[in-house]
Amino acid sequence: MSQDNQDNLLIQLQDVCKIFEEEDGTQNQVLSHIQLDVRKNTFVTLLGPSGCGKTTMLRIIGGFETPTSGKVLFEGNDLAGTPPYKRPLNTVFQRYALFPHLNVAENIAFGLKIRKLPKAEIQEKVKRALHLVNMDGYDRRRISQLSGGQQQRVAIARAIVNEPKLLLLDEPLGALDLKLRQEMQLELKRMQKRLGITFIYVTHDQEEALTMSDMIVVMNDGVIQQIGTPEDIYNEPVNAFVADFIGESNIINTAVMNRDKLVTFLGRTWECADVGFGENAPVDVIIRPEDVILDQPREDKLCGEVTAIIFKGVHYEMQVSAGGFNWLVHSTSMWEPGTPVSLDVIPFNIQVMAKSPYSDLQFRRREEDEYEEV
Amino acid sequence: MKKSKPRYRAGSIADGQKFMAIPLLLWSIMFILLPLAVVLYNAFLDPSGGFSLDAFRKVFSSDGIYLHLLLSSLWLAVESTLICLLLGYPLAYILSRHASASVMILVFILPMWMNFLLRTYSWLAILGKNGILNSLFSLIGLPGINILNTRPAVVLGMIYNFLPFMVLPIYNSLNKIDPSLIEASGDLGASEGKTFLKVVLPLSIPGVYSGISMVFLPAVTTFVIPSLLGGGKVDMIGNIIESQFLKTNNWAFGSALSLILMVLIFAFMKATSKYNTEENERGGLI
Repeated sequence: MSQDNQDNLLIQLQDVCKIFEEEDGTQNQVLSHIQLDVRKNTFVTLLGPSGCGKTTMLRIIGGFETPTSGKVLFEGNDLAGTPPYKRPLNTVFQRYALFPHLNVAENIAFGLKIRKLPKAEIQEKVKRALHLVNMDGYDRRRISQLSGGQQQRVAIARAIVNEPKLLLLDEPLGALDLKLRQEMQLELKRMQKRLGITFIYVTHDQEEALTMSDMIVVMNDGVIQQIGTPEDIYNEPVNAFVADFIGESNIINTAVMNRDKLVTFLGRTWECADVGFGENAPVDVIIRPEDVILDQPREDKLCGEVTAIIFKGVHYEMQVSAGGFNWLVHSTSMWEPGTPVSLDVIPFNIQVMAKSPYSDLQFRRREEDEYEEV
Repeated sequence: MKKSKPRYRAGSIADGQKFMAIPLLLWSIMFILLPLAVVLYNAFLDPSGGFSLDAFRKVFSSDGIYLHLLLSSLWLAVESTLICLLLGYPLAYILSRHASASVMILVFILPMWMNFLLRTYSWLAILGKNGILNSLFSLIGLPGINILNTRPAVVLGMIYNFLPFMVLPIYNSLNKIDPSLIEASGDLGASEGKTFLKVVLPLSIPGVYSGISMVFLPAVTTFVIPSLLGGGKVDMIGNIIESQFLKTNNWAFGSALSLILMVLIFAFMKATSKYNTEENERGGLI
């Protein structure tokens, strides 16, 4: 890595592992061999289902947990042994953790008072922070008098008023209702750009991650599955877990890559854009529902029948049984259930992925869903 | 009429619930209001059965003996309460930081399962001239101490008996502090010491006030501890009141003293009530 690149790095996790000792003596590996570089002034999201290790990773960066092995570097310096109060970062906690015995202004001023800043400067900074989170005039309110959304803003103000180089956010929007959450997502993103602070944001909400992030780190079972921009993650998932977790998808786990740019699944051979899997290699194929093109039945296409349809507002969501697979299709045109149709996908929209332990993840879940319906 | 129907229904549920409060009401009348009324009545009674303020006059005259006694009892109770606080807070703090605190608390309150008198009597055996403590001292060549029947012995007895009442409410309020608040404080740059002063201590204040009233109230009214460990030489107001009823048979004077003590306690409760109302949400022992 070039020197220039090194200077651009704010935080690095090098081969970080975390093993929790359970009460019954069993060992629970929460993080295994985490390798992550975070550049300055970026919005990074750690995304994964609950229990995937994302919060533990955040707590290790914050200094609330120590890694079992591996290193955390901040601007190149090892953070091992540095207690939380000496780390140049601040955290917005999951349930805000506002001090109930202090009012809004006192909460925000907490860190500044610890640093013994002059009183006038503290007042000025608190005022600006309140303005930044749209809470002007709330300085004397008690925490118990605030709504969830307001508490959330105060928690953010309390963290950013210290002008940290890195802000850690642990599912800060989890307790808010959808509308407020969407507003706050955009606001947080704007704030991050304006302040030039690096955000590391933990969430299990893939939509939230796609909306806000410059870089998404998809995690499962304590392992980083994929690191990339939202577009990368959505369009080029590396395995069935990522494809299934981010957005809706059709994952066909019985595909075979004949050779470069040619893949066989559901009894047909399809042109695709992917190369480098070798010849006759078993692979997974993912096709997004909006990429499936429905048309009148044709001899040279995969044909099937619409089995169900739901109106979703912007589009119709249809289930199409074709080639022994139950396809999920999004389309703006409506096809009545029972209508015979043909399905097509342009080569660019067929994403080929290497086999992984998650290959039959979606298949199994769909089976279970069907079982439940019966 | 139609409009009031739902209200009537809601009211009837409340009425049903009200019945459940009747035993408590009867209990309160029988054992709280009635005795209070008797005390009040007796305090203004002269030996012939007429109205009189003699009892109160006696309290405030008599060369100030009784006022002095009242004040010294209050002071003794304040002293015991303060020492309980100084000992109890660190203890509660240590307990609150241990996962296995429940076992330690059990050990701690185990003596409370024993009879109060018995526990206090046992200090006679420990502190006596040839008691356990002095035997131990002479064994290691230290001079014996003789604190039995002195003020320190009474204070010691009070601390021993009332310390759990200080520790438990403080422990409760410390235990209820959300651990993420302590993490947040560290995250904002506060060292452990600063976190204690700025977050833990202020949030445990309701428990502290609760503990203070739990210790101060029994301490100021106790008569068993001074009569056992003070050997009749350390009189507290409780002893005087007791003897008015059981020995001197001057119920009027005993009642007057009780009333004055009650007024003083009420004033004390009033002073701490600001915190006691908040404490219902967190920190209370009961």
